[in-house]
Amino acid sequence: MNDPLMPSVAALAARIPDGAKLAVPADYSGVAMAATRALVARGARDLHLVCVPVSGLQADILIGAGCVSTIETAGITLGEYGTGPRFAQAVKAGSLRLLDATCPALHAGLQAAEKGIPFMVLRGILGSDILARRPDWLVIGNPFAAEPADDPIVALPAIHPDVALFHAPLADRAGNVWIGRRRELMTMAHAATLTLVTVEQVVDKDLLADDATAAGTIPALYVSGVAEAPAGAWPLNLWDRYEADGVTLAAYVQAARSDAGFADFLARWLDGRLKGGAVAQAAE
Amino acid sequence: MSPAAYSRQELLIAAVTRLLEGCRHVAVGASSPIPGGAALLGRALSGGAMRVSVLGSTRNNFFTNGGVELFDCAAQGRVDAFFLSGGQIDGQANINLVGTGPYPRSDVRWSGSFGSAYLYFLVPRVILFREEHSRRTLVEKVDFISAPGVSALNVWRRGGPQALITNLCLFAFDKAKGCFRLESVHPGHTVEEVLDQTGFTFDRPGNVPETPPPDAAALALMRGAIRAEIAETYPRFAATAFAAGETA
Repeated sequence: MNDPLMPSVAALAARIPDGAKLAVPADYSGVAMAATRALVARGARDLHLVCVPVSGLQADILIGAGCVSTIETAGITLGEYGTGPRFAQAVKAGSLRLLDATCPALHAGLQAAEKGIPFMVLRGILGSDILARRPDWLVIGNPFAAEPADDPIVALPAIHPDVALFHAPLADRAGNVWIGRRRELMTMAHAATLTLVTVEQVVDKDLLADDATAAGTIPALYVSGVAEAPAGAWPLNLWDRYEADGVTLAAYVQAARSDAGFADFLARWLDGRLKGGAVAQAAE
Repeated sequence: MSPAAYSRQELLIAAVTRLLEGCRHVAVGASSPIPGGAALLGRALSGGAMRVSVLGSTRNNFFTNGGVELFDCAAQGRVDAFFLSGGQIDGQANINLVGTGPYPRSDVRWSGSFGSAYLYFLVPRVILFREEHSRRTLVEKVDFISAPGVSALNVWRRGGPQALITNLCLFAFDKAKGCFRLESVHPGHTVEEVLDQTGFTFDRPGNVPETPPPDAAALALMRGAIRAEIAETYPRFAATAFAAGETA
């Protein structure tokens, strides 16, 4: 029988190989920060990060730690705390391959993958420099128009992540993962070859047994590994279950402006000297 | 009412709210406290006729189909107004959210284009919002087009720029001519100042009116219910943006 339950976050993160195309969600959705820490600790390299559709602290730390060679995203932002300092530094240094996108294009690429079709089409985007800089995005004529050339539309190739990695509140022992209304996590799991999830808690009940949780649950069929990680999104928030740790985020943005400041923050985060607020401490 | 009776943010919120009149559904994106405040004020003044979705909010966000739903909702014609900003905005209403200098190794790199390249085409009333009004932000030509202000005639496009509001003034966008027209200048500022600080050319009438200040009812709402609602998503903003003084 398949047993998706992993003994540790480190064991879960070890399943993400160097060079993987790794899909991660936006900060509002549930970011696996504890697993990201394990990924940095094991020295992951050459990741192709697919942000669904944007990222913040997670992408900035992975970039700063030298784990990322390509980033495909509609944005990198730490919200009220500013843009990602390590991302901006890497862009300026030219050390990062940039695939600038727009939010719905990333969703559409994953939707094409989950349907097993080669591309999706979307309105808009025409005339933007995003399109001009993406030779992998094509403009085609609407084949249903009387004159297809008179109705140009953008075709976006399917995005097939090797791994989807995110954090959610609950999983059950069979590996069903409750994601509530965060349906982009479902799409990511459908589209990815491997889906790895950290959760606040593994529960004994069957999440598919009750319609109230079943509709917002990713069936274990799509889930490759689950590890328990209380406060696993810290210093980010998990939905409205716990708040972002503003003190740590502000300290990060300040520190990450310089190479030395980032290195110091990273070292303290990796060896556990960096302490969070009430949420992170309660989990220890 | 003396000019000191309301804050700069309160003036802007009231001005943006007037642009939202008649909307059934207004969506507000990331990092947009003033547009967020304006949408929530518009909803309060509409007597419940207007729906508002604020990204990043739990209470003011009714979407249940994940991150894609806002974009699908806009594609279905169910979003009447949205807000976009730009590190640079030019005279043709092109916006740049990516960075300055040559791409990809931008001199200054910003967050990225988010949903702009899509929503600019799909949402009928897009309001451009940029507090800093300078030749640095309002340029003749953007360095990178995250989303174009106008499109060729054969490009399917339901929406586009309606207005641009800054700390100094309000511009309307003339779609046929593809340029901005100065609508009003905020109290305490002048047309000369707008001319001096704007990097693109724009149309203007002989007499430019002053942007109307918020009325007492709008101020009372802002300082009460709206301030509390906006604090959920923008606690820093809510703590500082609203004048504590008398409303009359």
